[in-house]
Amino acid sequence: MSRFYHYLNSSIMKKQIMGVTGLLLCGFLVSHLIGNCLIYFGDRAFNTYAHTLVTNPLIYVAEAILLGIFLTHIFMAMKLTLENKAARPVAYAVKKPTGRGSTIASSTMPYTGLLILVFLIFHILHFKFGPVYKITYDGVEMRDLYRLLIEYFHQPLAVVWYVFCMLALGLHVSHGFWSAFQSIGFNHPKYNACLKNLSKVYALLITIGFSALPIYCYLQGGR
Amino acid sequence: MSAKKININLKIWRQVNKEAPGSMVDYRLEGVSTDSSFLEMIDQLNEQLIAKNDEPVAFDHDCREGICGMCSMMINGNAHGPEKATTTCQLHMRKFKDEDTIVVEPWRAKAFPVLKDLMVDRTAFDKIQSAGGFVSINTGNAQDANAILIGQETAELAMDAAQCIGCGACVASCKNASAMLFVGAKISQFALLPQGKVEAKDRAIKMVSKMDELGFGNCTNEAECEASCPKEISISNIARMNREYLKSAVTGRNH
Repeated sequence: MSRFYHYLNSSIMKKQIMGVTGLLLCGFLVSHLIGNCLIYFGDRAFNTYAHTLVTNPLIYVAEAILLGIFLTHIFMAMKLTLENKAARPVAYAVKKPTGRGSTIASSTMPYTGLLILVFLIFHILHFKFGPVYKITYDGVEMRDLYRLLIEYFHQPLAVVWYVFCMLALGLHVSHGFWSAFQSIGFNHPKYNACLKNLSKVYALLITIGFSALPIYCYLQGGR
Repeated sequence: MSAKKININLKIWRQVNKEAPGSMVDYRLEGVSTDSSFLEMIDQLNEQLIAKNDEPVAFDHDCREGICGMCSMMINGNAHGPEKATTTCQLHMRKFKDEDTIVVEPWRAKAFPVLKDLMVDRTAFDKIQSAGGFVSINTGNAQDANAILIGQETAELAMDAAQCIGCGACVASCKNASAMLFVGAKISQFALLPQGKVEAKDRAIKMVSKMDELGFGNCTNEAECEASCPKEISISNIARMNREYLKSAVTGRNH
């Protein structure tokens, strides 16, 4: 057991846990985006989808797993960041990036991560635990999430905050996606360029995909 | 290109010993030949200091040919200065302009304590190396030259990793003071070759454990180490170390 803990607590395993949980979260983002895109098909499609999701008893298992992944990713990030700060107790008077290594995305990971965490807390409070409107389709009463979204995103500031956070998320995953593979040990000259490009495409897809949702809701005019 | 003389302003970290607090001290140096190396420029400053009965600036140096790995200076915020794939001793003053201000600091890391001025204690690297950076199996007498065949590509990869001179620029340039490029290179140079493969699992665990114990940071895959490395060691060696470690942790028998 102590040996198992020793491995888990090694610098390399901690990075690998970061990478694997990060990739799992990347997978969640895709499924979340696809589900949310049902909003373009009107209130009925979107509300029925949400209703089907939350009435499935497995949702609690899925939510628990998702929460576990999030908490592991966040806990590891904090632990690693604190350790990294401690590894250089005296800062340089002058320190410049070489211009051949770090990027804006890579050097801001803790900050974009923190912003996403703040976003996430408000996101869940606003929608999951927000006002409950009811609507009935074919005799089945369910939550009218569609109305909540349209109302909430009628405020321009809410749209701006959401899009701003999605830009941070895009920046975060543009480094994180590729970085996860490197941490696990997947690095091959044949696939490196492809993987780095895939990372950028994925980041663009997530940023544009998620940003389009509140903009679409805003354009509905708060009906 | 003919030699020119330039005047420069220096800000150098001065620290009497390991315990004393240090500070940046300003110096003015006139008539520096653009053909002189960065270390020769510091020599010139030291001559000036000695003539004034001041304490010369202590710094590490040995071969001055870019191969020993002794020189270690943070120059204007870059390890070994601004030029790619160049050690401090191979950096020349022609890369600087007349009246430039140059900031010179020692490597900064918890695992590399400053001994004096620009000299740091890099024993931590030796400790990592002695934890497993060797081949201890009995290989018997020297074999016939071509008895063990190694593919040219594999030999090149091992040689690329073995180019590491252990200067510590990777640790110095990493925002997390991580030693993973150094350890990755040392693990790779053995793991790639048949003689080193035998102990590869044990080696990865031992060297990484020692690295963690010594207080180096964790890699965040920024590749500033690769960009600052005078020998251009690739971060693909870090990925190889990550693989080796994972493999060893899962399937190693002796630990």
